Amino acid sequence: MTRRRIEPLVWLTFSGGGVTAAMFLPVLAFLFALAFPLGLITPPSRAHLFDILHNPLTFLVLLGMFTVMLVHAAHRFRYTLYDGLQLKWTWQIAVICYGGALFGAASAFVILGGVF
Amino acid sequence: MSGNLTLRQPMSTWWWLRKRTYFVFVMRELSSLFVAWYVLFLLLLVRAVDRGDAAYADFLDWAGSPVIVAINVVAFAFIVLHTVTWFSLTPQAMDLRVGGRPVPGWQIIAGQYAGLALVSGFVWWLVTR
Repeated sequence: MTRRRIEPLVWLTFSGGGVTAAMFLPVLAFLFALAFPLGLITPPSRAHLFDILHNPLTFLVLLGMFTVMLVHAAHRFRYTLYDGLQLKWTWQIAVICYGGALFGAASAFVILGGVF
Repeated sequence: MSGNLTLRQPMSTWWWLRKRTYFVFVMRELSSLFVAWYVLFLLLLVRAVDRGDAAYADFLDWAGSPVIVAINVVAFAFIVLHTVTWFSLTPQAMDLRVGGRPVPGWQIIAGQYAGLALVSGFVWWLVTR
């Protein structure tokens, strides 16, 4: 029974995370993973980023975004292992994937909470 | 004769290399790993910003090292694949109606790209202003 109640929630979070990743990650990845480290654009000062992260709204938005994106990734990767690689350790894979997502979400809470 | 006779063809682990569409499907699913990678990467950035100027400078140095740049170039390609495939699948997953009439698929896709442009513009402005 619990399984049936939880499954739609996981799918909903999966979709939410998919939309969030599709909308936000291209610009975030381009700026912070490519443009700033490679010096294509002058990186913002630490103080400026700190101000943004110090805002309660940023805390809530980023915590929500990170959590749904991690659940999205866990859910999708779980099925990639089942269907793609034909792995059959079903419950072990599920525990590792969702457990990883939960651990990540908890870490996000601690790290974002630290700045905020 | 076994009472529980199941007829299942054993599938090769590498079935997805046989056809281009299968390959793209598996690459699309694998984009999930890179979504998780970027969440981790951004969390490390946030932690560095929290720790101070030296930690932030160290993070930028680390992010600019060849191995991390190589990972991030690959990861970025997977994120673009995720965005493009996610947007093009939305009309199939969502039956959007305005005034009782179904919205054509291309309009849903165009709407999402408009959303992407808006979000990207806002984040860019917020971070670099």
